[in-house]
Amino acid sequence: MTDKLRGNLPPLSLHVPEPRFRPGDVVDYSHLAIPSAGAQPRPDEGCAAAETHRLCLDMVRVLDEDHHAVGPWDPKLDADTLRRMLRTMALTRAFDDRMYRGQRQGKTSFYMKCTGEEATSVAPAMALAHDDMVFPSYRQQGILISRGYPLVEMVNQIYSNRADKLKGRQLPIMYSAREVSFFSISGNLATQYPQAVGWAMASAIKGDSRIAATWIGEGSTAEGDFHSAMTFAAVYNAPVIFNVVNNQWAISSFSGFAGAERTTFAARAIGYGIAGIRVDGNDPLAVYAATEWAANRARSNAGPTLIEHFTYRAEGHSTSDDPGQYRSAHEREEWPLGDPIMRLKRHLIALGEWSEDQQVAMDRELVDQVKAATKEAEKNGILGHGLHHPFHTMFEDVFEELPWHLKEQSEQAIRERRIKWPEWKES
Amino acid sequence: MIVDETPVSLQDAPARRLNMIEAINDALDIMMERDPNVVVMGEDVGYFGGVFRATAGLQKKHGKTRVFDTPISECGIIGVAVGMGAYGLRPVPEIQFADYIYPGLDQLVSEAARLRYRSAGEFIAPMTVRSPFGGGIFGGQTHSQSPEALFTHVSGIKTIIPSTPYDAKGLLIAAIEDNDPVIFFEPKRIYNGPFNGYYDTPVEPWAKHADSEVPEGYYSIPLGKARIVRPGQAFTVLAYGTMVHVAAAVCAEKGVDAEIIDLRSLVPLDIETVEKSVEKTGKCLIVHEATRTCGFGAELSALLQERCFYHLEAPIERVTGFDTPYPHSLEWAYFPGPVRIGEAIDRLMKA
Repeated sequence: MTDKLRGNLPPLSLHVPEPRFRPGDVVDYSHLAIPSAGAQPRPDEGCAAAETHRLCLDMVRVLDEDHHAVGPWDPKLDADTLRRMLRTMALTRAFDDRMYRGQRQGKTSFYMKCTGEEATSVAPAMALAHDDMVFPSYRQQGILISRGYPLVEMVNQIYSNRADKLKGRQLPIMYSAREVSFFSISGNLATQYPQAVGWAMASAIKGDSRIAATWIGEGSTAEGDFHSAMTFAAVYNAPVIFNVVNNQWAISSFSGFAGAERTTFAARAIGYGIAGIRVDGNDPLAVYAATEWAANRARSNAGPTLIEHFTYRAEGHSTSDDPGQYRSAHEREEWPLGDPIMRLKRHLIALGEWSEDQQVAMDRELVDQVKAATKEAEKNGILGHGLHHPFHTMFEDVFEELPWHLKEQSEQAIRERRIKWPEWKES
Repeated sequence: MIVDETPVSLQDAPARRLNMIEAINDALDIMMERDPNVVVMGEDVGYFGGVFRATAGLQKKHGKTRVFDTPISECGIIGVAVGMGAYGLRPVPEIQFADYIYPGLDQLVSEAARLRYRSAGEFIAPMTVRSPFGGGIFGGQTHSQSPEALFTHVSGIKTIIPSTPYDAKGLLIAAIEDNDPVIFFEPKRIYNGPFNGYYDTPVEPWAKHADSEVPEGYYSIPLGKARIVRPGQAFTVLAYGTMVHVAAAVCAEKGVDAEIIDLRSLVPLDIETVEKSVEKTGKCLIVHEATRTCGFGAELSALLQERCFYHLEAPIERVTGFDTPYPHSLEWAYFPGPVRIGEAIDRLMKA
């Protein structure tokens, strides 16, 4: 019977995804469907979720080839806001460059740049209210910079020094900044997704007006936490925005290992019955507009939205990574959606609100600003140079109060310190 | 299908010096050649060859359907390994860092560990989960943990931790051949060289260490057998992974005649070797990097109290990591290094 069902079928074979380009390959992105800017409809923010689902397979774009903002998604921002957006993205990049060099110079153990992805954190941060709660992953430093969190505090954290508010406990860039409604970054992947839903549910339980937003890389959507988050958000119609930053690469694994060969990441919204939008992640105006749409929707009790930001990770995963080992170096230069900072700059110039000279002057100024913050932070120490937090702080915050065994262990650590580093002064 | 290949005597096999990564890679390569049911999978293990390079070259040699990348889903990785085992494969999944194993716990603890029991042997889960563990690389709380005691506490899982390239190869081969699920924790601090506990001195490469001499070809080291690193009379040291080297270095520095035992296998435990040693020396120092409370040292200490009580001449000493998450900047204050171990040795010697 079963033999009959099988007939003369060829044997089964396992499909293992393979990216189009490997090191040395010539890169050709002509297979990517890049729709024209301005061509995507903008449904009403309170619409049925299903009305957005065509946008999950499309791509919302605002900036056209001539650097003009076009179509129904144009957020119509004034020139001052556009310049602020440009400046924030450029500052994020300048900060990344400096911190990357700092790691290479041995000032800390680790760093992660967001080069090419600045729009996916800066534009949403600007479109959200300042007190909307964000649950980021590890490449959203642009949110902190947008919200005016002091650069020197960021550097203190990266150097794990004596002034680090997280007491040197966390890996560099795993910030926590409650004062700017920025949740503690875990380091374990996707855990922030259901947490954001829980915060949003709490805000709804309490009749608040604040919403939550969270970020994840496309690779981490494979974690079970993603499914849990989407299910809870759909069930409770939670006021939350899910950002999937599809930067094409999860360390060495291309997006195909998260399902991109079959459909888009935005399309996951369809199965859960929530709103979804796929957006050109290198178009800061499109990102802003999509976030604004989703925020208005969430704030008016119309439910969650999943936004896929289609972008490209221009640099390695982290300072521990060498992307030259697994992908073609030409990908970055051939990336068809360009660079978010350059695109916004050209838009402002096209509007007559900016110039190349102003850009050069701004970049110079930002480099100085970052340099000054770095110098200031270095006064508090760099990793491994003794100016770290006192040893007893290692035992604090495990619990609210120190139980007996941690008191004993704390005394042990301090005794060891006196033996190992007799010159070190507790103060 | 196991190729019938009687290994030549190890003494005769040509050997070369390998670091731990190379030894692990060699073991995987050999097992993939010997047994077509062995498959290797995990995040970044395919084309790239793993973030620590443990699977470098394997995909090219054995093909994409036997060595492949996976989605970032530890639950999925372990879950599909259970299913592959049910079919008859012998999966060797890699979890990129032990700190990331937790999403896979349900599949490990409730499924892989109990499958043989609940199906009365109809189905088994013959997987070997490889995962780098332990600190000492400034990895912070998410790249430094030693969660071995979570697994030794679960009935039905074997927990193996090598401390040398020679052992890493032989134990990994035995783990892959084993029909039970095995957690194979690789001490990443000593991937490239043994560690004496002094973090501010340069790493000594494996090439200078006798146990980096790794025979070519197939050999296995039975699971559940400890290794006496150094025989001695003064007291017994029970350690595994990185801490074997740190403890040995401290004992040498202090000039004490310790009997140092590398457990290699926590479950099953080589209780015979442990008992025999403690009955001889009458004193025991247990060392692990993991947090103290309910760490594997607690189990060892309880076993010794039950089985060797009348031979003990001093309280059993436990030297461990502190009961805090692994801190970033204070990593070396956390690590159970020479001072903490040295104080315990002093107490034992005075007793």
